[in-house]
Amino acid sequence: MDLEYSAEHQAFRDEVREFLEGWPLKGDEARLPQEEQEQIFRKRGIEAGYVYRAVPKQYGGSEQPQDAIKDRIIVEEFYAAGAPRDLMSQGAGLMVPTLLEFGTEEQKERWIPPALTGEANWCQGYSEPGSGSDLASLQCQARLDGDEWVLNGQKIWTSSAQRAHMMFGLFRSEPDAKKHEGITYLLVPMDAEGIEVRPLREMSGGYEFNEVFFDDVRVPVENTVGKRGQGWQISRATLVHERNLIGNPNSMREAFSDLLDLARSRKINGVPANEDPGMRRRIAEIEGYVQTSQLSNMRQFTAANKGKMLEVMRPMMMNKVAGTDIMQMIMKCAYDLLGGDGILAPTESELDTWGRQTTSTGWVLQYVFSMGPAIAGGASNIQRNIIGERGYGLPRDLRRES
Amino acid sequence: MDFGLSEEQEMLQETIRGFAQNECPTTRLRELFDKGEGHDPALWTALAEMGIAGLIVPEEHGGAGMELLDLALVAEVLGEYAIPGPFLGHALAIRGVMLAGSAEQQAKILPDLADGSQIATAALQEGDADWTPESWTARVRGGRLTGEKTIVSHAGIADRILVGLDAGGLAWVDTRGEGVVIEDLGGIDRTRPVYRVRFEGAPAEVLEGGGGNAWQLVETAAVLLAADAFGAATKLIDIDVAYAMEREQFGQPIAQFQAIKHTIARLGTDIEPARALFWYAAHCQDAIPDEAARAASVAKAHITDRAMNAARESVELHGGYGFTWECEVQMWFKRIMLDRSLLGTPDQWRERTAVLGEY
Repeated sequence: MDLEYSAEHQAFRDEVREFLEGWPLKGDEARLPQEEQEQIFRKRGIEAGYVYRAVPKQYGGSEQPQDAIKDRIIVEEFYAAGAPRDLMSQGAGLMVPTLLEFGTEEQKERWIPPALTGEANWCQGYSEPGSGSDLASLQCQARLDGDEWVLNGQKIWTSSAQRAHMMFGLFRSEPDAKKHEGITYLLVPMDAEGIEVRPLREMSGGYEFNEVFFDDVRVPVENTVGKRGQGWQISRATLVHERNLIGNPNSMREAFSDLLDLARSRKINGVPANEDPGMRRRIAEIEGYVQTSQLSNMRQFTAANKGKMLEVMRPMMMNKVAGTDIMQMIMKCAYDLLGGDGILAPTESELDTWGRQTTSTGWVLQYVFSMGPAIAGGASNIQRNIIGERGYGLPRDLRRES
Repeated sequence: MDFGLSEEQEMLQETIRGFAQNECPTTRLRELFDKGEGHDPALWTALAEMGIAGLIVPEEHGGAGMELLDLALVAEVLGEYAIPGPFLGHALAIRGVMLAGSAEQQAKILPDLADGSQIATAALQEGDADWTPESWTARVRGGRLTGEKTIVSHAGIADRILVGLDAGGLAWVDTRGEGVVIEDLGGIDRTRPVYRVRFEGAPAEVLEGGGGNAWQLVETAAVLLAADAFGAATKLIDIDVAYAMEREQFGQPIAQFQAIKHTIARLGTDIEPARALFWYAAHCQDAIPDEAARAASVAKAHITDRAMNAARESVELHGGYGFTWECEVQMWFKRIMLDRSLLGTPDQWRERTAVLGEY
């Protein structure tokens, strides 16, 4: 065990830090809208070789040799500086890796660069009203008519569909095929005739996800990714590669540090909350979880880096449910620290922000939001099934196999 | 940057695992558990021959010269198989001598401990809550030790005792000498019996390193107890899995019920990631002194607490059978009880985490 970085990596870290002195932008650039500033800096990050390292240059990436430790240093330093790095959108995170692996040359050249810069927003059309955990039961229909697909049906829980230019989605192209077959992966322009987006209001009060209805929507056949009927396998393959499986524990550490600040600023029975013995223990208990999660992440990172991924499959499966549980613990503690202020509703401007909020109402919003990740991308109980079945070899639930 | 075990460390664990499987399977463990002596000379000798007794003793004193992390990895496997024996106290006594003994004292004391021919233990805790060095009152005046220690593991079979003194000093005492009164307390963990030891003017040799090291010793104990509890908890989850696969109700293995599957997944998610926590705490003791105190605090509190929870749920998962003497779960349940309560409860270590973290 050696937790020191090599001289080469230490030098690399210095280099990254020097580069990051360029953020936030200065002078005239600092007066541009936030989104434009981020685009400018992201572009510089690509030129310097820090952003989109795994994406070839011809598609707008910086195409750097694989080095997990350098990747980690970049993540740490960019996070510490609050600088924009790879776009964490559904398009850049999920659609781009899919296209890189399964797309045609034309598809890659056309769709990847704007997804990376954020010029084109993508949404993910997977879930349907009856197909959540049992996603392969999806019914939204794609029927081939000449050289066009005709789409009919409905998607739901489609995050940011109201701002998206494009959707990558799964559609049933062969209604008589077996459940996991006959699904096709399609790229759908959101301005196509027959698409209707209806927002769903969240319990937080905001509008982030939507229902999307398809009524004879026509999509050119060249928008098919991979082979017709192979959509399920294609969407799974990229999920396996999703590097976010090893999550970023920095945000948890930040939230913990904010919690500690909040405890210092609140009172319990007239005494600063951070001096209350019960509250101290409760926060220390949370610190136990936060530290465990960070160190387990480090262990997984090391193992992955050495090509010993199999040794850490089990803790990797646990990351999502453990991470969301810990964030909920932090937010619940904050909510309790707020006392009566925990009743306050978030403001309109806070509803649009998913970032850190350390006002009272911001904490309330985070408390409410902390439930979202425990549901999105496979609810915690589904994750527990996976941990039980694949992690501990327990038998599968009784389910219909067809 | 490498946060993982070396091949040697993996091999060390595999070797002891193999030994434990062959020499102390559950049937043998049960015999020893029922006997309640917490010691089997043949087992101890065999472990000592494998180098376990003197793992961290420098090579020039006859040990293997390994690190605290190696010691913690051994503790993990011993917890996993609930191996009875004086490993914990012996390792702490050695650590105390290495922390506080002069060069001459180390050269004199360590070789007999390194090969396991002498068994040592550590007497630190006094009253039920007086486990911090600041609260110790045992004292040496004119070479004679006076005081009372409690929850001293394996004192009944130990040849020597390392004793924590007032102001955080440490002394070395011959158990067979005059003025040492040892009383069996009837501890709940029958793999590691505990004793009260009274010193009534017992001849004692003060370790000359002085104060300041006692906390390091207590923190080493915290790390080893956490590692033991981690090993015990992972074993309990394996036992749970095996039982859930075998036990049938309503015509199917209970493992197929989500309530059971989710329980096992929850316990696993609580325990498995904490492997990295005790690794880190142990590594800090050797390599990152600035972090060592806090890492040990967090590891002891978090792991023993979560392990106890896993143990309780494991009993429940076995139904009525789980509550019987016959069910094997109790042996690990009680092992974890000791890990949790000896030298500070999770609440107490959390308060220490808060102090060290400047909450």
